[in-house]
Formats: sequence, C-alpha cells, structure tokens
Amino acid sequence: MSCDEKVDCGRRRLLVATATAGGVATVAAAVPFLASLAPSERAKSAGAPVEVDIGKIAPGEMKTVEWRGKPVWIIHRTKEMIDSLRKVDDKLVDPKSEKAQGEFDPPPGFNPETRSIKPEIMVVVGICTHLGCSPSEKFKTGAESGIDADWVGGFLCPCHGSTFDLAGRVYKNKPAPTNLPVPPHVYLSDTRIMIGENTKGA
Amino acid sequence: MASSSFEKFKSDGTLVGNVVEWVDARFPMTSMWKAHLSEYYAPKNFNFWYFFGSLALLVLVLQIVTGIFLVMHYKPDASLNASGVPVAFASVEYIMRDVPWGWLIRYLHSTGASAFFIVVYMHMFRGMLYGSYRSPRELIWIFGVLIYLCLMAEAFAGYLLPWGQMSFWGAQVILSLFGAIPVVGNDLATWIRGDFVIGDSTLNRMFSFHVIAIPLALLGLVVAHVLALHEVGSNNPDGVEIKKHKDEHGIPLDGIPFHPYYTVKDIVGVVVFLMLFSVVVFFMPEGGGYFLEFNNFIPADPMVTPPHIAPVWYFTPFYSILRANTVNFLWIDAKLWGVIFMGLGVMVFFFLPWLDRSPVKSIRYRGPLYKGALAIFVVAFAILGYLGIQAPTPGRTLVSQICTIIYFAFFLLMPVYTKLDKCQPEPDRVTFK
Repeated sequence: MSCDEKVDCGRRRLLVATATAGGVATVAAAVPFLASLAPSERAKSAGAPVEVDIGKIAPGEMKTVEWRGKPVWIIHRTKEMIDSLRKVDDKLVDPKSEKAQGEFDPPPGFNPETRSIKPEIMVVVGICTHLGCSPSEKFKTGAESGIDADWVGGFLCPCHGSTFDLAGRVYKNKPAPTNLPVPPHVYLSDTRIMIGENTKGA
Repeated sequence: MASSSFEKFKSDGTLVGNVVEWVDARFPMTSMWKAHLSEYYAPKNFNFWYFFGSLALLVLVLQIVTGIFLVMHYKPDASLNASGVPVAFASVEYIMRDVPWGWLIRYLHSTGASAFFIVVYMHMFRGMLYGSYRSPRELIWIFGVLIYLCLMAEAFAGYLLPWGQMSFWGAQVILSLFGAIPVVGNDLATWIRGDFVIGDSTLNRMFSFHVIAIPLALLGLVVAHVLALHEVGSNNPDGVEIKKHKDEHGIPLDGIPFHPYYTVKDIVGVVVFLMLFSVVVFFMPEGGGYFLEFNNFIPADPMVTPPHIAPVWYFTPFYSILRANTVNFLWIDAKLWGVIFMGLGVMVFFFLPWLDRSPVKSIRYRGPLYKGALAIFVVAFAILGYLGIQAPTPGRTLVSQICTIIYFAFFLLMPVYTKLDKCQPEPDRVTFK
C-alpha cells in the first residue's frame, strides 16, 4: 500500500489493521452458522444396528429392512441364481469387487465371488451408486423381464437405468460407477443376522 | 443540493398537499413516485413480449401472499403421526381438506410456481429477441439470471415440503449430484442434507430456505433488477436507444410515462393472465401431472423409489443435459460431466452480453444466421425439456446428446455467427404505427 505525505501513515496503517481484524472476525463468526448445518449428534448416533430374522425368506425371494434410513436387501438366492453370477462376469464393471466401497468395508468372511458371507444369503444396501435411487427387483429372467433377452435376474434402477446382478454388481456402460455396497453384518444364528455390526457381542 | 425538499414539493394548501409536503421533507415519496412511475419514460413501442416483466412481479406477490398463509398451517416435520403418515405430508392434506379455502390457497401457490417459470422463460426469451442484455444493460441481465437461479433454488426447496414420494426421491437425486464432486463431494452432500440420508433435518432446512432465506435474496435482487433498469432505461423491440432524441425538457421523444400508460396496458395483461391462471387453478390444478406430479400424492417412503421419476417440467431441459452425459473422458467419469454440463447450462446465460457481437440488438434487424440459430436453440431447448420427462432409452439419449451439443453451440459459436451475420441498418427512431 502506498503512503504519501498527505495522509497520516500511522492512522492509515491502523485503519488497515482494524479492517483486517474486522474481516477475520466476520469470517470467524460465520463458522458456527455453517457448522450448525452438519449432522447433529443425534443424527450421528442414529445408526443403530438392526436385527433381522432371515428364516422366513423363501428361496428366490427378498426382504427389505431399514438401516441408517436406507433400504438393505436380504436376498435368499437359489442355486440357479448363484450360478447366474459367473455367467455375467465379463459384462460387469468390477466383477471381482476390487474397488473400495464408499463408507464401510465389507464384513469379515466376505467372499468376493458371491459378495456374501454365505453364498445363498446376499445382504446389500439397495441404494444406487449413481444418484441414490433404490433399484427395483427384476428377478424374472430372459425377455420376460422386459430388460434384455439374456437377462439373468437382478435389479434395475428406475431413475437412470443402471442395472445390477443378483450380487449387486453393476453392469458396464451404465450411469452407476460402482457396485452396491455390502453393509457390515454378522450371523447371530443360522436364521438371525445383525446389520450394522461385524462382531456378535459388540 | 441547494434547494430543500420543502421547496421542491410545495404544498398546494390542501390537507392532502400539506401531508405530502410533510412526508416529502422527511422521505423521498414524491420523488420516488416520479422517478419510477409517473416520470419514468419507457419507449412507446412496447409489444406483447413486454407484459412478462410486470406479470413476474404479480406472480412474486401472489407466491409471497399465498405462502404466508400456507405457513400458518403447514408443519415441516418428517416424523410419523399416530396414523403412520409423515406429519408434513399430513399437514398438506389437512390444508387441502380441513382448512377453510385451504385448497384454493395451496393450488394458487402450486400453480403459481409453474406460472412463475412460464412467465420468466417468456421474459428471458424477450431479452434474447430484442438484445435487452446488450450494453449498457448487462447488469440488468446479470441480476435477472441471479433471480432465475434463486427461483430454481426456491422451487427445489419448496418441492420437498409436501414430503411426498417425488419430493423425497427428487431431492435424493439432486442432492446426490453434489456427491459427484471429487474428494469433498460426499461430505458436502452430507453437510447439505444435515444427515447421512434425506430426513427431518433436510426438510427443516429446506423449509427455512424456502420461506425466508431465498425470498429475502429474491426480493433484494428484484429491487436491484428494477433499479438498474430505471437507471439506464428500457430497451424496446427496435433495440435503439430512445435517449438519443430528447425534447427541450430532456424527455425522450419516443418515451411515454410508465404511469399511467404502461400501468394501464399491464392491467390488460394481468386480466388475461389471471383468466388463464384461473382455468388451471379451478379446472386442472395438477396440470395433467406436470404441475403437481401424481406420485407426490403418496407419502415419502425411503425404502421404495417410484417406478418413474422425473423433475417438474421447468427443470427438465437441464435434467436432460445431466442425463445426456454417458461417456467417461479425460479421467472424469460421466456422472461428474453430467453435473458440470448441467451447471454450465445455467451459468452460460451470464455471459450472453459478451458472447453476442452483433452490430444490432433487435431480431428485427438481425440477419438470417442469428434468426436461424435462435430458432434451432428454442427447438433444442423444448426437445430437451420433453425428453427430461420421459424414461431414458438409447434413442432418446442420443437425441438429448444432439440437443445438448446444439444448446452449447448456440452460446459458444455466438461470437462467430453474430459477427458474420448480414444485419439490416437500425432505424434512427423507434418504429411505431
């Protein structure tokens, strides 16, 4: 800043220093307001684990439960459904589930081949990785599904047309970039699982 | 100023005159009335397209008044009531069924939202027809684009409030767009939602934005828009400056006082507008599912997405641009390109005053290149709007990609074709029969 003889340089410096301090204080005052928009302590603690009875899900059917405000699907896969997974590997973006999942890692004992702990029970968060819609179940195979003549069963997102197989793996050339995430879960017994925890006694 | 307000506005001795003099000595009442109405000289050749500015003001007032009354009964609460229905959704149904005349106030407000966009799109198109954004009116245009942005935010926040299926899943999709931003995207989306999912905190903050934050900004911008207009004076269908030719009192020869001439003319526009508006409010308030989408009569269910979701009609051109991006290139995935192009699609309007290099302002004196380009642009915009309502198919995606290219080409090639264009000479004075 230039300072010639006509102005009182000491006062000018004081003015600049005061204005700067005022500016810093104004910015600092915005912090509590902006921070208040972040999730509250209540919202952060709301993610309680959910216990689900999976004994009543018939083979070839699925059940939807709510965990952290999102739908979690539990699919009881038949032998044919499990076999169908291998047939579509080359049509998928990430058939071996090598990309990291967003918010959480898959649970211990997770088999990347079937994306599950037990091959017949698939547990997956039913929120499309594109823009967050919940895909619809399309378990009918072939032309009957209305999707494709060689459709082996899976899910179709109604919003932007992404398709997923019965392990929640995304097909190539669709808007969704990654597979549906597998949430932390643990088997409490043969017919009960806990979603949101990786260990029993926690 | 040497002369005081007392001398400028001398009372004629009557009681009213004395009151006016008393006020004018303390507040610029008469001088503001003159500057903005009785002595604001607007070109005498305004046509049909010049109704939409005052109509936009009318709809703004309508939305504020109906909104004030809706807030008296509406509850921004996503929790479930004793019947298992979200409180917010139930309060809208309560307004519709139990509040005396509540149905009318709500339909006026919901129809008003669509009417606002119709009027504003016409108003913007008027600017493009007659070059109203050109120097020295760039700031009027920029304030106008800011108003349009506020309006989009206002409409988005307002659409969440009924807490129906379209409210919920529309907000889910649009707020997820922020998640496409690299590195900070997911945290940013969480910060905007105020939760890890769309929920009660999202509903409450959108209510706050919708009823106070954005309307305040909107009103300020409208004042700035009108003040800037009255500083430089209105453009007209001939795109020539009326201030070039003034009489001995400094009044433009082709100007007429806004009041009473244009206030009376605009009342005719208001009457016709209200007739059409009433037809919608009373006979087709849902607008065939375009003004109020049918799926929004189902309470929000975070577990199930409706089989077909589309934004309300006024957002669909930009939604089509979003969906038209299906190719990953330059290490950026298609999802982020979609968000970038959708954002640019709106922002590009800011640059219109500097993209247009034509020697004339009005379409009347422009050559075939601009006329053709504008016509193709309008068609492409309409097709994008139509496709945004439809479910995507490979054929429709291809068409929307072509229209997206046309959309951006209209703006980006404008410096070239407006310069090459064979324009006719502008008249010296406005043409008026």
